[in-house]
Amino acid sequence: MASATDTGRQATAAPAAGPPAIELRGISKSFGAVQANRDISIRVRPGTIHGIVGENGAGKSTLMSILYGFYRADAGEILIDGRPTEIPDSQAAIRAGIGMVFQHFKLVPNFSVLENVILGAEDGALLRPSLAKARKTLADLARDYDLDVDPEALVEELSVGHQQRVEILKALYRHADILILDEPTGVLTPDEADHLFRILRGLKAQGKTILLITHKLREIMEITDEVSVMRRGEIVATVTTAKTSPEQLAELMVGRKVLLHVPKGSAHPGREVLRIEDLRVTDAQGVARLKGVSLTIRAGEILGIAGVAGNGQSELLQVLGGFARGRVSGTIAVDGQQIPAAGKGATGQTRRQIGIAHVPEDRHHLGLILDFTAWENVAFGYQAAPDYQAHGLFMDNDAILRDTRGKMDRFDVRPPDPMLPAKSFSGGNQQKIVLAREIERNPVLLLVGQPTRGVDIGAIEFIHRRIVALRDAGAAVLLVSVELDEILSLSDRIAVMFDGQIMGERLPAETNERELGLLMAGVASTAGAA
Amino acid sequence: MDYMTLIEILGSTLRLGTPLLLACIAGLYSERAGIFDIGLEGKMLMAAMASGAVAALSGSAWIGLGAGILASLLFAAIHGLASITFRGNQLISGVALNFVASGATILIAQTLFGQGGRTPPLTGEARFGPITLPFAEALSGVPFLGPFYGRVISGQSLLVYLALATVPLTWWLLYRTRFGLRLRAVGENPESVDTAGVSVVRLRYTAVALTGVLCGIAGAYMATSLQAGFGREMTAGRGYIALAALIFAKWRPWQALWATMLFGFLQALALRPDVIDAALPGSLTIPVSFLDALPYILTVIVLAGFVGRAIPPRAGGQPYVKER
Amino acid sequence: MEKLPAWADLVLVPLISLLLAALISALVVLGIGGDPIEAVSVMVKGALGSAYGWGYTLYYTTSFIFTGLAVTVAYHASQFNIGGEGQAQLGGLGVALVLLAVDWPHWSVALLAASLGAAAFGAAWAAIPAWLQAKRGSHIVITTIMFNYIAAALIVYLLVEVLRPVGQMDPATARFPAAAHLPSFGEIPGLSLIFSKQVPANISFFLALAACFAVWALLWRTRLGYEIRAFGKSESAAVYAGISPTRVILVSMLISGALAGLMAVNNVMGEAERLMQNASEGAGFIGIAVALMGRNHPLGVFLAALLFGVLYQGGAEMGLWTNIPIELRTLLQGLVILFTGALDTMVRMMLVPAFRLVAARRIGGAA
Repeated sequence: MASATDTGRQATAAPAAGPPAIELRGISKSFGAVQANRDISIRVRPGTIHGIVGENGAGKSTLMSILYGFYRADAGEILIDGRPTEIPDSQAAIRAGIGMVFQHFKLVPNFSVLENVILGAEDGALLRPSLAKARKTLADLARDYDLDVDPEALVEELSVGHQQRVEILKALYRHADILILDEPTGVLTPDEADHLFRILRGLKAQGKTILLITHKLREIMEITDEVSVMRRGEIVATVTTAKTSPEQLAELMVGRKVLLHVPKGSAHPGREVLRIEDLRVTDAQGVARLKGVSLTIRAGEILGIAGVAGNGQSELLQVLGGFARGRVSGTIAVDGQQIPAAGKGATGQTRRQIGIAHVPEDRHHLGLILDFTAWENVAFGYQAAPDYQAHGLFMDNDAILRDTRGKMDRFDVRPPDPMLPAKSFSGGNQQKIVLAREIERNPVLLLVGQPTRGVDIGAIEFIHRRIVALRDAGAAVLLVSVELDEILSLSDRIAVMFDGQIMGERLPAETNERELGLLMAGVASTAGAA
Repeated sequence: MDYMTLIEILGSTLRLGTPLLLACIAGLYSERAGIFDIGLEGKMLMAAMASGAVAALSGSAWIGLGAGILASLLFAAIHGLASITFRGNQLISGVALNFVASGATILIAQTLFGQGGRTPPLTGEARFGPITLPFAEALSGVPFLGPFYGRVISGQSLLVYLALATVPLTWWLLYRTRFGLRLRAVGENPESVDTAGVSVVRLRYTAVALTGVLCGIAGAYMATSLQAGFGREMTAGRGYIALAALIFAKWRPWQALWATMLFGFLQALALRPDVIDAALPGSLTIPVSFLDALPYILTVIVLAGFVGRAIPPRAGGQPYVKER
Repeated sequence: MEKLPAWADLVLVPLISLLLAALISALVVLGIGGDPIEAVSVMVKGALGSAYGWGYTLYYTTSFIFTGLAVTVAYHASQFNIGGEGQAQLGGLGVALVLLAVDWPHWSVALLAASLGAAAFGAAWAAIPAWLQAKRGSHIVITTIMFNYIAAALIVYLLVEVLRPVGQMDPATARFPAAAHLPSFGEIPGLSLIFSKQVPANISFFLALAACFAVWALLWRTRLGYEIRAFGKSESAAVYAGISPTRVILVSMLISGALAGLMAVNNVMGEAERLMQNASEGAGFIGIAVALMGRNHPLGVFLAALLFGVLYQGGAEMGLWTNIPIELRTLLQGLVILFTGALDTMVRMMLVPAFRLVAARRIGGAA
């Protein structure tokens, strides 16, 4: 990490002459009543890597979409190499030399790499000459930038890291001088992320200008020359990376000193609630997602699972939550009773019956039915709970409604209207509804995935407190989060997952971000690295 | 069954398979671009009526063909409007247009001719007549191949040859040209096309228009070649059989040819119960109803994935909305 | 897209869609040299102007309620059941087999048994597409269409080869026993004061009303309905909540098929009193229009079914007394499906500026 920062310093020291590669002047954009971007002005010097950080929903992606012609700004202008440039559509962006690598790749899965690269940039009506030319160009690019990909391979058969390289190749094939990357490492393993950074440094050395959008401060510190911080649609600061610190950036991002530590007493672990042994999951494509995970959690204890997204955490939650896909083996015991890991006896219903509650990672696609009202969502997953049943096959809607009012009151859900559809609540209030539903039945075991993703700061503290309170009441808590801060401040024990395995367990007091980071990167023995 | 009977049945297979083939290739363009089209039936019906009516009025099969294509294009445009511009439900749009066509054709034909929703019988220039290919006579003496060439391949209407030509043409267009690459891409992942700076809307409208043109030819063939004029509900579910063939063919042109000819063969066979009875041993019979239902049954079996998996284009049926 | 008030979405959008469909139909009528105003007046008079007209209108309404509810139940599980037509035909087969099997002592017992037969056969016909969708991922729209055609072929075969009584020419079953005759509106005490004896509307109309209520209770008051709706909104979330996709798809489609099959109690048992070819006469398809128009709510389905009942009876009268062919109603039906089901975004987009204007006025007035 130290050496990376050094590279950054050197680059900053090198003076860049001429007009900025990109200059935004007073860009504003609203969607209905929501102002996504407000009076944004940025200057990006050519041949540098410029970072844009901000929380989810700060307006980063909207800004990039404007630059790439997906949206038109309501006001403001864009200058490319000093020339005012209209970007009404992606075609114009490509003509202006802008290439974009989206967070979710825009590739055709059953096309070859070559076909994906030439799509939209063909040389004529016939494919054969275009493909021949692209084959040659790709070989050159691979050599120049360490961008090695088999041009004839089908994209769907490539790893995520390689797919991302195809996206970069697409941009370079279109002669992009400015490359925008939107949260590029979110789906990458640490190895792949390192490779990506090598590629980006190579591109910079060749004079390309790079805009890197991320919410990960570590990346900003590692690779950028300058960084702009966005908050609530505005740029609150642009600073030289070498002259700032993660703490300062974090403060700028959220607008006040971040409370990194949740006030919590020490844990008093009791009986063993959850025991998992040699849990394995292989998905439908035959890829092993969990490769023999074993762990235990006691009552009154929070076990935090740290790791880069996509290293098996989601699959772990799915198996425990009773909705695993693919082939599953291994044993799970709750309170000493073995429960089925998968198959007929493993559903969201049977899990809830034995007191396993689950605040899922993705509340929009799992935790809530966005079109349902708040009260209908309070019954979600507990539609069979005895206190929600009337006679026979009927549900007691009045009882659910009453319960919802109480929950909204106790969890400070705003607006406290049970009849509103879930989609009209803010992220934090949606999460509170899910949390209230899962916590208030006093579960034996609470599964929590990314509890504060897309949640405003005020709600974060509230949610953290509730999780700790549940622990203090004697529940076992399995916390999965990609935010190391969250893991460090909430957990009583930390297990690090990498590539479907537990790399090691640490106590929060006896470890630090650096050691955890190495474990997350798959370095098993920290002794050698230290 | 003797050879001449087989030749006869094969000849009628080609004739009956042609509207299926045209409609199937029509559907291929639309569905490959990610627009489901249940409305093939309606477009064919409209085209059959329009071409039958205009051919009867003008006395020219060619003008009739033009009218048929225009009528089908109109319906394609509405389907495009609903599914591309207004991002409506493509399935519902198709179903709706089939009903509109079913009502409108009879309404218009009845008003124009007052013959119970039929158009007057077409004769002479108002029909596409059979074309005798070179050497058909000369080769008729050659055993086996002679009759096949002379009576199956030769002597068909121009539109039959046109339909057959669409197969290699479509294959070439789809896999060898820029247009085909983009068309396939937009049906698999429209974002890939959009971010590459190519208009998703224009591509999809082009595909839907091609579907319209080919359905137009299919309908015109029904009214001006296969039969002599338009009759109410004359397409009789052929649009759905074509859809079934498209699934059967897994959205590929050459396979579409084989699938439609297979279904055409079943239809030809259903017209000759005597042949079936003769071919079956003893008192065994196959009900004609079973032959009618066979294309649908086969399609369900294919859909069920018991004979290879039929995976439709990934973005099929979903309107394209730009992501934030 | 901007949002409209809920009431506008629920009431205004379908009404405007209907108006647009009517407008285009009126243009078509003008185009073929008819008089739209005369057409409407003949239709309304024919459908609602007499007890006789009502007797037919409500007969059609009964069928459309069943098929509309069938589409509705499947819709809430995000399954588009286009197979109502085939399921209704099979329902007819169920009715015929039940009624011909036993010498029924009284219509009430016969109605109960025939309803069970109709529902069971309709459900069975929906079961295969449902199973294929749930287990093999075969697109239910395509399979149900295929099953419509297979049903038609099957019924033709059975009527021609198996069920036709010896010596009878037309492909149909024997008449049902007289004791199984359902009381028509002209034979029900009280109603008989209004209706003359010959109307086809019969006691199954009340069965349809009960079905409306039952479907409403099912969807919004029972756990099964809750699970169906939850699955329909989000399959991934439903799985998280422990709702089995296979079960929801199967159960909702079985109910849907049963409802479509139940239609046969009205037309086959109540009216024709024997099974003929193409007995359902497209009512299965009209169910799509009815469900879309009725916003997939039983109350809406009832109103839309009534509307289509008027359209059907009125359309028949119009075909009889004017020079406008009866097929106008098919056209109108198609247009209603088009506007309510596929072009609803367009209708909404037309409404948004109007509401913005109203809102602006209100703010302006307040200032």
